[in-house]
Amino acid sequence: MKYLSEYRDGTIGRAIADRIRATATKQWMIMELCGGQTHTIVRQGIDELLSGVVEMIHGPGCPVCVTPLEQIDRAVHLASRPDVILTSFGDMLRVPGSECDLLQVRARGGAIRVVYSPLDAVKMAIDNPDKQVVFFAVGFETTAPANAMAVWRAAQLDVSNFSMLVSHVTVPPAMLAILDAPDNHVQAFLAAGHVCTVMGWEEYEPIAAKYQVPIIVTGFEPVDILEGIWLAVQQLEAGEARVENQYVRSVRRDGNLPARKLVSKIFRVADRKWRGIGEIPGSGLAIREEFADFDAERRFALEDLATNEPAECRSGDVLRGRIKPNECPMFGTACVPDHPMGAPMVSSEGACAAYFNYGRTRIKGTAAPKGVKESV
Amino acid sequence: MTATIPAFACPAPIGVTDRVVLGHGSGGKLSGALLRQHFLPHFQSSALRQLGDGAVVSAGVSQVVVSTDTFVVSPLEFPGGNIGTLAVNGTVNDLAMMGAHPYYLTAAFVIEEGLPLEVLDRIVASMAHAAHVAGVEIVTGDTKVVERGKGDGLFINTTGIGFADSEFRPMPSNVRPGDVVLLSGPIGLHGMTILSTREGLGFESDLASDTAALYPLVDAVKRATDGAVSALRDPTRGGLASALNEIAASSGVGVMIEEASLPIPAAVAGACEMLGLDPLYVANEGNFVAFVPEAYADAALAALQAHPLGANARRIGVAVAEHPSMVVMRTGFGATRIVDLLPGDQLPRIC
Repeated sequence: MKYLSEYRDGTIGRAIADRIRATATKQWMIMELCGGQTHTIVRQGIDELLSGVVEMIHGPGCPVCVTPLEQIDRAVHLASRPDVILTSFGDMLRVPGSECDLLQVRARGGAIRVVYSPLDAVKMAIDNPDKQVVFFAVGFETTAPANAMAVWRAAQLDVSNFSMLVSHVTVPPAMLAILDAPDNHVQAFLAAGHVCTVMGWEEYEPIAAKYQVPIIVTGFEPVDILEGIWLAVQQLEAGEARVENQYVRSVRRDGNLPARKLVSKIFRVADRKWRGIGEIPGSGLAIREEFADFDAERRFALEDLATNEPAECRSGDVLRGRIKPNECPMFGTACVPDHPMGAPMVSSEGACAAYFNYGRTRIKGTAAPKGVKESV
Repeated sequence: MTATIPAFACPAPIGVTDRVVLGHGSGGKLSGALLRQHFLPHFQSSALRQLGDGAVVSAGVSQVVVSTDTFVVSPLEFPGGNIGTLAVNGTVNDLAMMGAHPYYLTAAFVIEEGLPLEVLDRIVASMAHAAHVAGVEIVTGDTKVVERGKGDGLFINTTGIGFADSEFRPMPSNVRPGDVVLLSGPIGLHGMTILSTREGLGFESDLASDTAALYPLVDAVKRATDGAVSALRDPTRGGLASALNEIAASSGVGVMIEEASLPIPAAVAGACEMLGLDPLYVANEGNFVAFVPEAYADAALAALQAHPLGANARRIGVAVAEHPSMVVMRTGFGATRIVDLLPGDQLPRIC
């Protein structure tokens, strides 16, 4: 595809990898924040290409993966109500809640529709006036403008049967949580290009300065990621710690101002739980008081529906970069994409799914881990 | 305030379901489980247990190949075809993948009350045209009408009968290490056409389904190789990845494919990129993979490319002794990754 194949060119990519190898005097630990980047890295074998000079630590940037069990249970609860049509992006449907996932609720008669845009959910509410239409608003800053637009549109058109179950999280507080952890090994970040397309990178500048970490705003194609790593390694070798923009074709320093304005009109900063990590103060978005009518948690009185995370799933350690997915004792045995224990095994951006689907631990040894072939 | 929470009616543990879910129809692992756990224990037939695209049965001196398929698609009509063309081409292609020359079709229609007759007429006329092109005769049929709301407009079942040449019996279990994998045409066109025409998706494209009857191409490969084709498969539901996995599983060999060699049309790549789907798992209706011994590979490829339906045919990989029963792809960066069966349908991703 025009302007995409160029960023997937193996010859260009290998040339950048050679430059990184020639420049690095030691092994650096770099965290990519976005799940889309994790998939590219594992799928293309970028981490193998750089082994010995850069170790990639996979960060918490898969929106599906960090959505807390509690919110999934709330979505399951809503979808089970006969008066509700629950609308969601496709990834969320197979994420296990504490008792079942949304696909199972649908097979039992729950009205669940996959939409590609939250505005489609508003339209569905207009077309189904006798139903309550709830949109499951999940994601980082990337999806926040479209979700804010849906609330704004519903308010403008006075669509009283539309609401959103919000589970929005934001990147900078998660970076602080990682950097403040006593066992932190991260020496540089690849920031998520699409988050920064919306937000810009001003808010990363104090983080880079305070913690002395290079932060490279990076795209998602293999050549983007290698170039982001190359910029990070140059800074690390020179002892610098700045925010630098690799994803120049999409990101400006102040981001997308109209989008940011709309987001802050509809949402306020709120404390949010992260699946496997716990509550991070000020790490998410919630609907402002003025638009509280569109908040499904209020409309359906869901605040008291609380769930604790299961102890066995180590997705929290995976999401914080403490262990690689295949170091979890359940990886590939009790936890496989057919029977996921945690969200990172479900989502197309999840680190565990990336390791499993692209056979990171299986190709060389050829033998599949126990249970894999018989898992259906 | 305390919420009143009705009990979640979900006694089943995660991943186990006591009901049919949509993923059971995806062509992935759940589809295989449905077949193995709920059909095969009851139906005892050695022909059925081969799990080919069709069954080979004896009828006096001839080898008769029988295949049946039921077609459900929404919308009923789409660029490049309709449910009727699919119902003809899909079944004759299943026969062709068994190496059989298709001769006869039966057609059964489950029609929902309220279907406009002009739609039915268009579909039936397309079926007649497709049957003519494929060189098959529709010899018997059936119609049933169900109440409004109990069907999705129209469902069609077709059963095909063809005759096999005893010298030409491609079967997945015949694949040997060293066989070359040929693909007769670009991937992803049918599935992305259907998705792009579904209501509510809101993107326009010039995509059209690739639905076509493939026996002429199969015949060309057969002649070019003196019948030395190990296996044929049309990558319909579940796409190329699932077809290759089925062949790897039945033959016990590994399959290694080259990402750079895959013919993915720009419109398919663009739509997949936008929706977060992998074209390897998107359905096709007008191409097939052929596993051919290396000695015949060039001749087979030339024969495919000489036919209009195979103009974009290419070599995409090779069967290997390593990683048995597993499909592995070498990426543009020289790394390798497993191309596995999906558990269920592909789920479009968030951002």
